[in-house]
Amino acid sequence: MQSGEVEDVEIRLLLEGVQRIYGYDFRDYADASIRRRLTHWLAESEFATFSQAQSRLLRDRGVFESLVRGITVNVTEMFRDPAFFRAVREQVVPFLKTYPFVKIWHAGCATGEEAYSMAILLNEEGMAGRYRMYATDINETVLQKASEGVMPIMEMQRFTRNYQKAGGRASFADYYTARYDRAILSATLKKDIVFAPHNLAVDGEFGEMNMVLCRNVMIYFKPALKERCLRLFDSSLLPGGFLCLGLKETLEKKKIGERYEELAPPLRIYRKRYG
Amino acid sequence: MARLFKAVVVGVSTGGVLALQKLLGQLPADFHLPILIVQHIGPDAGSGLAKLLDERCALRVKEADEQDEILPGTAYLAPPNYHLLVERGGFLSFSADPYVSFARPSVDVLFESAAEVFGPELIGVVLTGANFDGSRGLMTIKQKGGVAIVQDPEDAEARQMPQAAMAATDVDYVLALDGMAALLLKLASGRAAISHKGTGAR
Repeated sequence: MQSGEVEDVEIRLLLEGVQRIYGYDFRDYADASIRRRLTHWLAESEFATFSQAQSRLLRDRGVFESLVRGITVNVTEMFRDPAFFRAVREQVVPFLKTYPFVKIWHAGCATGEEAYSMAILLNEEGMAGRYRMYATDINETVLQKASEGVMPIMEMQRFTRNYQKAGGRASFADYYTARYDRAILSATLKKDIVFAPHNLAVDGEFGEMNMVLCRNVMIYFKPALKERCLRLFDSSLLPGGFLCLGLKETLEKKKIGERYEELAPPLRIYRKRYG
Repeated sequence: MARLFKAVVVGVSTGGVLALQKLLGQLPADFHLPILIVQHIGPDAGSGLAKLLDERCALRVKEADEQDEILPGTAYLAPPNYHLLVERGGFLSFSADPYVSFARPSVDVLFESAAEVFGPELIGVVLTGANFDGSRGLMTIKQKGGVAIVQDPEDAEARQMPQAAMAATDVDYVLALDGMAALLLKLASGRAAISHKGTGAR
């Protein structure tokens, strides 16, 4: 048996143990990425092998929490894929504006970069105070960071470029205050966002949403879990609502696909049909 | 010794557009191994390169898509801003994890995940590039018993990436781009002698 096969067995046992003891199910995560992340976590840990980690992991919640932090951190940036945010501004917001108030679910918001991007965009389009955004993630550590709204100042140059390419109407520097090596996002961006824990693998839907964003989260899932997420988003969305996925995620060959039309084809913005 | 392979992985950076045209252009449409490619590319590059290569090569070339099944006679390019990985069962997947070896897509990520799945049935190819991405991945391919091919640094538009790969692991073939398609055809049909130097721990 090759060492890779032993490790496969160890990983499978570890994920099963974690599911049985803590109820977090990572067995439906795509193998290649979770293996990379687990291997990285193991290298940073005090353990030499997954088998060695296993016994502590199942008894010590602190070790388990470090594992969850390690394998569920998604990274993103403000206005990632500027063309997507431009399309939201130009093609989605005009529909949203026809409602007195809209609800948005941002699933898998990680450290909040895209949630704050959306808040900037909506505020610039005159929707301040007319929306509530539920930004959720499985990882409570990143949620805490997201709700603080503090980012490394060295990222701001890249974010500013993205913002401009995305059709930003103001000066990006107006949205944060620089303090040493940190950029503190303006409180006006935070007041309409509610950060909350949510596990896409086990938790339920959010009712009556006008828009659901879940970008580059399902790429880490196996097909069955992707379908579960899409069902969840579909039952959360009102007719005429918008579903926004990552550039490498589509509704092609998906069960809910027939109820949606693609608004801006390469940018994965879908609209739920009426009736 | 005849030997069967399941896939070819290719990593390339500076000078990659021309190098890929040359390499893929010399392979027939019925080349029976799938080819997975990471070409370093900017985050907003779009999918123009796959279209261009597809037009100019007999082989089918496409940008990798969600859940693509890895098929023979097809070359899959990693999309901009995502790592490309191989899943057991022969499917492709993506990750938006941080840059690896200063790149996303990263050659190392593709090579390591492909080595995990294909083991000794994998051919890794490192072409021209002005960085060192791919050297760790090629080492992993060798450790799992696969075959390592590197473009002759003298022949490469940028020599660093081939040189780094050669420094990291004992590669099986070092040759100019011109002979590479013929070598891949020979390996694919089991007609090439494979040196087993530096096959590493299994």
